[in-house]
Amino acid sequence: MNSNVATENLVVIRRREMLDGAKATIPLIIGAIPFGIIFGTLAEPSGLSALGALAMSVIVFAGSGQFIALGLLAAGAAVPVIIATTFVVNLRHILYAANLVPKVRHLPQRWRIMMAFGLTDETFAAVSSRFMLQDDTRHAHWFYLGSWLAMYSNWVFCTGLGIALGELFPDMTEWGLDFAMSVTFIGMVMPYLKSRPMWAAVIVSGAVAIATIALPHKLGLMVAAICGIAVGLSLHMLLNAAGKKEKGDG
Amino acid sequence: MDEVLLIFGMFLVTFSVRYVLFAAAGKVHFPGWLNIGLGFVPPAVLTAIAVPAVLMPRGELWLQPDNPWLVAGLFAAIISVWRRDLLTTIVSGMAFFMLLRFGLGF
Repeated sequence: MNSNVATENLVVIRRREMLDGAKATIPLIIGAIPFGIIFGTLAEPSGLSALGALAMSVIVFAGSGQFIALGLLAAGAAVPVIIATTFVVNLRHILYAANLVPKVRHLPQRWRIMMAFGLTDETFAAVSSRFMLQDDTRHAHWFYLGSWLAMYSNWVFCTGLGIALGELFPDMTEWGLDFAMSVTFIGMVMPYLKSRPMWAAVIVSGAVAIATIALPHKLGLMVAAICGIAVGLSLHMLLNAAGKKEKGDG
Repeated sequence: MDEVLLIFGMFLVTFSVRYVLFAAAGKVHFPGWLNIGLGFVPPAVLTAIAVPAVLMPRGELWLQPDNPWLVAGLFAAIISVWRRDLLTTIVSGMAFFMLLRFGLGF
């Protein structure tokens, strides 16, 4: 009897976590909609078949990596070059994974594999606030599952929609929908800006990203992020040390 | 055939990068400074992607008030601080951008 109640509660908790995860990802999904559509629209003009575009969204599931692959395909790059570039562009995901490691340590490998497959910018953003803001993270992997299932099904659906639209409106890629990504990221960064180290990290990251824009394969993005993180962390340590000293003196 | 190879290769490198640290998660322990540093990762990465997209939308630095990406980006930043809601920021930022670009012809 008791264990029945416990099982039922567990199902309810898991379902609620999944729904919350999907809900927390909705704003980010809306930001991703234009990209899924544009990706689908661009595929055939770039030389990727409709089936190939859909398969790429289903199997690879990496927004910016997929876009860059299209650009390289259109430029006539060889398959190994495209794969190597995808690797470099997706290196930032290792930073996300590193951030989540303490949260997956207790989970079995099948969960880790599932979570790794769904580790996108959007799901990372959605789950990191879940992991940071709430103490009880025993069932948070169900939140993660809900987040990435919502993100994934939307991405695949929008790719299909884009493929269909691409055949109807061949000039849709000129509508300026690329701003959707920027505005989403701006909306995600602003709430972080509550301390001097965070401001410093973001300013340095942005400035270095501009300065290193000419580096190949979007490598400047990695360089900029690492500089920003290093400056933010150093300033955090310095201020912390100064704060401790002040306390000790008083 | 080439497409099969391309998609499989892209899957392999993408998944490996995402999985390698998770796979070893039981054995890897992070010192305190690293955990604090990782807290800076999301804003630093997102900024590194968004700033060039807004300041160099056409490949060259464009710091003029007639750059709709820049003006709408600043507008979105203000909305974000004021309303504290991501969806509101995205919708109003996009609407403002569309107005500048296609309504006013910037």
